Amino acid sequence: MAKVLVVTSGKGGVGKTTSTAALGAALAQAGQKVAVVDFDVGLRNLDLVMGAERRVVFDLVNVVQGIAKLPQALIRDKRVETLWLLPASQTRDKDALTEQGVADVIKELRRQFDWVICDSPAGIERGATLAMRFADAAVIVTNPEVSSVRDSDRIIGLLDSKTEKAEKGQRIEKHILITRYDAQRAARGEMLTIEDVLEILSTPLLGIIPESEEVLRASNVGSPITLSNAGSAAARAYLDAARRLKGDTVPMSVPSDRKGLFDKLFGRRAA
Amino acid sequence: MRFRGRSFMAFVLTPAPPLPGWLAELDKWTRNSPDFFVGRPIILDLANSAFDQSEISELITALGKRGIRIIGLEGARPDQLDPSLPPLLKGGRPAADDATLAAPPDQGTTAAASQPPQRQEPSSLLIENPIRSGQSVIFPHGDVTVLGSVASGAEIVAGGSIHVYGALRGRAMAGSTGDTRARIFCSKNEAELVSIDGYYRTAEEMDATLRSRPAQCWLNDRVLSIAALD
Repeated sequence: MAKVLVVTSGKGGVGKTTSTAALGAALAQAGQKVAVVDFDVGLRNLDLVMGAERRVVFDLVNVVQGIAKLPQALIRDKRVETLWLLPASQTRDKDALTEQGVADVIKELRRQFDWVICDSPAGIERGATLAMRFADAAVIVTNPEVSSVRDSDRIIGLLDSKTEKAEKGQRIEKHILITRYDAQRAARGEMLTIEDVLEILSTPLLGIIPESEEVLRASNVGSPITLSNAGSAAARAYLDAARRLKGDTVPMSVPSDRKGLFDKLFGRRAA
Repeated sequence: MRFRGRSFMAFVLTPAPPLPGWLAELDKWTRNSPDFFVGRPIILDLANSAFDQSEISELITALGKRGIRIIGLEGARPDQLDPSLPPLLKGGRPAADDATLAAPPDQGTTAAASQPPQRQEPSSLLIENPIRSGQSVIFPHGDVTVLGSVASGAEIVAGGSIHVYGALRGRAMAGSTGDTRARIFCSKNEAELVSIDGYYRTAEEMDATLRSRPAQCWLNDRVLSIAALD
């Protein structure tokens, strides 16, 4: 049975799209059949980060509106053959999505894939609520700073009230993914600590992605970091997070490109 | 969060022009029963009245000075309404124990005692989950107890007291229906704003030594006081 995962945050620029691509690729590298779906209609980026921008013919809006069939819109990754992308439309806006249309697309994707990962737009409006609407689980991407944490808290409230699962009285599975974490700055008190973030959000931790230039470089070359530089600290953190999503027990640590010391200093177990 | 409808008994006052004369008669009557309206919800019946918005507003102010709190209007025309006025109520039904101004009820009757004691719904709300940013819990009927934390940007409005066993980072407004004895308790005070019966204090106005520790707030002769609990 497929699992529908929404990657969301409330705040923009915290790393939703990067994390969607990295987690999607990491799961696919582990042999899972994965579809990553861009819900950011009008401001699509996932195609760029996945390096598929020159292969987009049909998109999510076309499928929702019945202009194209799902297999026509899905783009297969050239590097990992179990990884697929359903791009968003850049020329339309979020009103082009209907709840029924999205429900049908998600249902169809569930039949074909092990994982359906929805990249939510920022905000709490239509695009974001539709991206989370049919999810079984959510990854809430948070930077260790107060505005991002408060927005994440808002999103958790919506996940617990506005999703189909919540309306049926079931609980949606939630995970916090802390991105752009800088151990040195946190140690100097210039950033919220992991403990602060988890205490405020009272939600389990999926992983800690260190701030890294490698992440930016990967986005610019159009490749998920777990594919382009699998040995980097950020890629190792995403690979660990993907294993935890699959249900494996992986000790929590902040991988570092610097040699060993920070691993020892800031190593920690999952909350 | 659950919302429930519930009906309550309210007294209905029907003002008649000229208003100064009507208010004088009301004063004369309340001299005999000074506490009759205290703490009771009162509805203003405006059916067939010709008062305009400003007259209604003045009347509500004049009644407020007499301790008569108007919670709603009945029978008002749309042009008589204004967002600053109490809300329009519909679907009211006459109740058996109507009091008329001509015959104030005898306080000594034992009507209540002869009825079997009714089982009272517990007037408190228990919330087991954390209250997330942007969520608002409004419970005018009594106390609110939160087992988790109240996030920055969340708010609780309670008619009675508020108890937060996690960190209070949002707003807490206790005694919203006029209970000056309501209090706010939290095991970690990071509140953005606390208020009791409308008297409030923002985070900036709080003593820094009261932050990040267990605290309680109460109303001390119209001054909102905050003290550490540890």
